[in-house]
Amino acid sequence: MTTATEPSKGSFRLSMLLYDTRYRSTTIQVVALLGFMLAAAWLINNVIENLAASGKTFDYRFLWEPAGYDINQRLIEYNSQSTHARAAVVGLLNTLLVAAMGCVTATVIGVFLGILRLSRNWIVSRLAAVYVEAFRNVPVLLWIVLVMAIAIEFFPAPRDFKGENPAATMKFFDMVAITNRGVYLPRPQFANGFGDVVLFGGAWSLNLNVVAVLAVLIASFWISGRIRRWADRVQEETGDRPATWHMRLAVIVLPTAVLLWALGFHFQYPVLKGFGFKGGIHMRNSLLALWLALSLYTGAFIAENVRAGIMAISKGQTEAAAALGLRPGKIMRLVILPQALRVIVPPLISQYLNLTKNSSLAIAVGYMDITGTLGGITLNQTGREMETLLLLMLCYLIISLSISAVMNYYNEKTKLKER
Amino acid sequence: MGGAKSSIGYVRTEMLGEKPPPPTSVGVIGWMRQNLFSDILSTILTLLSLYLVYSVLAGVLPWMLKGIWNASSLNECREIIAESYGEGTEAACWAVIRERFWQLMYGFYPSDMYWRPNLALILLFAALAPVLFDKAPRWMLVFSVAVPFIGPWLLWGGTIWTPVAAFLGFVIGFFVNRYVARATGTLAGLLAGVVAAIVWWLFLAEAFSDALASVLPLAIETVESRKFGGFMLAITLGITGIALSFPLGIVLALGRQSNLVIVKSLCVGFIEFIRGVPLITLLFVASVLLNYFLPKGTEFDIILRVMIMITLFSAAYMAEVIRGGLAALPRGQYEAADALGLTYWQAQRLIIMPQALKISIPSIVSTFIGLFKDTTLVSIIGLADPIGWAKLIQSNAEWNGIVWELYGFIAFVFFIFCYLMSRYSMYLERKLQTGH
Repeated sequence: MTTATEPSKGSFRLSMLLYDTRYRSTTIQVVALLGFMLAAAWLINNVIENLAASGKTFDYRFLWEPAGYDINQRLIEYNSQSTHARAAVVGLLNTLLVAAMGCVTATVIGVFLGILRLSRNWIVSRLAAVYVEAFRNVPVLLWIVLVMAIAIEFFPAPRDFKGENPAATMKFFDMVAITNRGVYLPRPQFANGFGDVVLFGGAWSLNLNVVAVLAVLIASFWISGRIRRWADRVQEETGDRPATWHMRLAVIVLPTAVLLWALGFHFQYPVLKGFGFKGGIHMRNSLLALWLALSLYTGAFIAENVRAGIMAISKGQTEAAAALGLRPGKIMRLVILPQALRVIVPPLISQYLNLTKNSSLAIAVGYMDITGTLGGITLNQTGREMETLLLLMLCYLIISLSISAVMNYYNEKTKLKER
Repeated sequence: MGGAKSSIGYVRTEMLGEKPPPPTSVGVIGWMRQNLFSDILSTILTLLSLYLVYSVLAGVLPWMLKGIWNASSLNECREIIAESYGEGTEAACWAVIRERFWQLMYGFYPSDMYWRPNLALILLFAALAPVLFDKAPRWMLVFSVAVPFIGPWLLWGGTIWTPVAAFLGFVIGFFVNRYVARATGTLAGLLAGVVAAIVWWLFLAEAFSDALASVLPLAIETVESRKFGGFMLAITLGITGIALSFPLGIVLALGRQSNLVIVKSLCVGFIEFIRGVPLITLLFVASVLLNYFLPKGTEFDIILRVMIMITLFSAAYMAEVIRGGLAALPRGQYEAADALGLTYWQAQRLIIMPQALKISIPSIVSTFIGLFKDTTLVSIIGLADPIGWAKLIQSNAEWNGIVWELYGFIAFVFFIFCYLMSRYSMYLERKLQTGH
């Protein structure tokens, strides 16, 4: 027996780095890394030189200086004496607000239209297709600017609501006022309750009533889940499923209702006073335009995802379920949807991601999201392009990566268990 | 039994002739019964839809058809409408499109030079024809090679020797590659070719074109970037973005799939970073930050900066789309290519890429459509693309308050472009279909 001869130690030549497959990949990687590091060093060197030449430094201390500008649509307390950092947080919350609202409505629109597109009724499926094509093939920025322009030009002015025979009236049983200055909605309020708790030396305040209601709701849903699992267990043991819907409904509705009544929950409606509406929640046109346009636009994409997902489930599944004797509602709920969701949800989540990123177009209509505060006014006032833009990108990266993490978790959980 | 005639009287011995189907199940009526009025719910939906269609058309059609084409301001428009159709009639004011048509199309591009972008667009179609349709004659590939150099020259102007010098860089790179590759090996040849081309572009090309320009001054008037606007700007950005992001996306996708750890992590980092931030932040970087990253005193064109950012942005998305195609290929294809003894690049070129790209055609085209739509974002950093122009026109005293006509027109043009692109992708999918 002869053993394979080791390559002799002295035979290494420089050209082997390029032509010997054992070393070649290492060579390529080292060259790539060197190239990358050289490029990065060159860029950073340029930045340092340019910053020095323009007399600027790189630090984030400006974040703790007073911002000096006002933000009219906000979720937390803010005034022009607040810091730039707080302005950025107000902006971030505004981004999250419009993203969350947009995701909900876009999903509703998308699921509805996706199902209509699959309708056997010819004219209905055609109309849904027209909607999808029209919204998908026109830039979202155009929709945002268009909705904004319509709101400003065609909605009635507050003065139209005045007088004996007004040109405009409030909608939905006098609860909502749609004006060219924005939409006024009823504001939920508590007559009595626990009040606010102040955190971090006055920087943040938290309404304990809201916390209490949320806590009770979460607890109710948890108990309702326990009841469902109990019913599952009984069904597995005896074959009969106890009727639980009344119990679960009572568990969810009653405690919350009692708590709301105890806290004196009521709505404050907007009323016309002087030149405009007072009271209620003022939703500005910019938020309205952004929300509507993003929902309608993303809804068209979601409709296509939903359609593709349902069509991906082969007809045999429906037929097999029918052969087992399931009724149509149960076929949908137990057989089709669980499979279709696996196809629908990942692209759906990436549409949510797109919607969140597209919400940065708020700057075109003057909605103060994080791009408008941190990347807009703060940037212009402090002149710190480098710091603000890096921070802005970091915020979006964190949002995106968290959404992707959710998606990966879902994919991992619903992966087909194959042999 | 046998073949004997049956003695049972009531058994029929010959077939009945076919009867025509009932008139309610064929033809128009049958189709309507099946597709519009199959049950109560369907009937209700049909009636509702018809009502919806009717009310939309009844509102929009007269508004469009009564539209006024000759007026110089919105007020004049309204007066004409009131005069001809009576007070309170709603009608479109198309005059704004007529008056501002050239600005919406070309921005501030000098009007006596409109032929240049037009010619560039025609040449572009000539260049695309052999790439997109295999019925086009092969000699048209000449255009495909020439237009990337002629096109920008037509748009920006200047001496003809600049595009010639740029083209020569590729020629030099190609020949150096051939020569060195024959003498040493493929990889060294590739490196030498790239280095030679870069050296030519960075140090020699300018001197070369200057020298030739002084000998033979063939030049057309230069047009500055800030005069670009309207759909011309959108199309220029869109086409360059598409043309550049596709190859870059392929490279990034291959880098992400490769088993070289460092190359892979560089590609993953780049792709995830770009996909994690909105395009608008990258455009901000292009408009205020990019100069910090370049040597002191470098001033380069805002359109060029925007082009770079749009290209990088859509290359990251393209990479993900192509990676999807690569992942969808069965492993057997890679192994079969290895078994044939093909090198990495041969396998990619002959086996992997043709199939992976075919799988990802729909997503590639939707990325292109997305890129073309995203070019509108440049209006936010102050470039005058169609939406930027719409805002300019609206802020004008004469047209203050005009909404539907302007945005409707812009939306219509965008719709045509994007819709044609998506139709083309369907055609391509059908053409390349090899399954059963």
